[in-house]
Amino acid sequence: MAASMENVEEIRNRVILGEFGVTNVHTTDFPGNYPGYDDTWNVEKFQKNFRIDVVHLDENSMEFDMVGIDAAVANAFRRILLAEVPTMATEKVFIYSNTSIVQDEVLAHRLGLIPIKADPRLFEYRNSGEESAEEEGSEIDTIQLQLKIKCSRNPRASKDSSDPRELYLNHMVYSKDIKWVPIGNQADVFADCCIGPVHDDILIAQLRPGQELDIVMHCVKGIGKDHAKFSPVATASYRLLPEITLLEVVEGEKAERLKQCFSRGVIDLEDINGTKVAKVVNSRLDTCSREVLRHSDLKNVVKLGRVRDHFIFTVESTGILPPDVLVTEAIKVLMAKCQRFLNELDSTVME
Amino acid sequence: MAGEGEKKAVLEMVQADGADEGCVTFVLHDEDHTLGNSLRYMIMKNADVEFCGYTITHPSESKINFRIQTRGGIPAAEPLRRGLNELSDVCQHVLNTFQARVNEFKERQEQPME
Repeated sequence: MAASMENVEEIRNRVILGEFGVTNVHTTDFPGNYPGYDDTWNVEKFQKNFRIDVVHLDENSMEFDMVGIDAAVANAFRRILLAEVPTMATEKVFIYSNTSIVQDEVLAHRLGLIPIKADPRLFEYRNSGEESAEEEGSEIDTIQLQLKIKCSRNPRASKDSSDPRELYLNHMVYSKDIKWVPIGNQADVFADCCIGPVHDDILIAQLRPGQELDIVMHCVKGIGKDHAKFSPVATASYRLLPEITLLEVVEGEKAERLKQCFSRGVIDLEDINGTKVAKVVNSRLDTCSREVLRHSDLKNVVKLGRVRDHFIFTVESTGILPPDVLVTEAIKVLMAKCQRFLNELDSTVME
Repeated sequence: MAGEGEKKAVLEMVQADGADEGCVTFVLHDEDHTLGNSLRYMIMKNADVEFCGYTITHPSESKINFRIQTRGGIPAAEPLRRGLNELSDVCQHVLNTFQARVNEFKERQEQPME
């Protein structure tokens, strides 16, 4: 696409969704690329154009818009949310007795994936290294949890029932059966916030009378890069704001079909002089399926694109930390990375 | 110039013999696209930089080769330092704006309930 006067703005600011592919994807506004534009980094210009709008926020998920930032930085935040914000999760499982039908390693794997409600900012990383000598871990880097449950026959069950809920006691092991065992001064430090699994109703194993589980778990601090159990988000993703422009007036039955091509609520038909005319009401709701480009009479009427610097983030937390705290921590992680290399540069220059 | 010898190196500089200080490849250890791409963007926005790119040499090793070539004889460590500072400032501004907006949103949510 040649950069003529009219479409320079479009090349700079929009991603074009075409019939056979998506074009204009990369950021091109670097100094020297466009004559007449000063694209050098300007802090004031960035701060003026940058804004964040929180659309939805509750204790488990949030949706917010970040406008005026480049994809490289927005993607860095997304990657850090998924893989580099630390949390606490079960790492070592000491199985004293497991007579259930679930194998030891499968059980240990399942226990590791249970999210543990403990603020990871109050704990330190465990020094890997001398393992056998200090296998217990200290109060500053380990949480100890215990799961001790035995299934038995219910003496009060009626003779001819076949419902396991009536026949057996403790035959389903849920995460609510995991108890916190405070070590050292943890009982005082964490007196008010109960440490344990986030959700009570995660089914871990099923037992029958005579089977028991006697397990001690050590939880440590880790990041998602190491193992996905440490990831604090159910998922974190972003999409770019869609932009739909109608190039000509569409009315009547054609407008009806145009409305069907987009997600509900994107296009509305308004009554002008008796005929229904299509109008773009809310392009944010569109999922950009490009369905309209499959119809030969509708594809030239519409221009589909995305705004390149408007990111709609969706962060769903697993419940360990609230989603706004997670985003804050992710931004701090990126700052810490920059600081680490700045310190390195300074120390090598000093030598 | 290289990083510390006794513990794991974090940042190394590799320079071709005879080339001036403006063309340097930095090896950043324990990094990937997260810092690499965002840092590349910030450094490319600098008008003194003629070339800036990064590559992950092998996906099994977590290190990136970050190359900077400057024009005008400027030592390459300077745009790197400036890019890191600017990225850090961007993060700080994003953090401040985000926290302010979240608090505003929470207050607005409190009001209908009162």
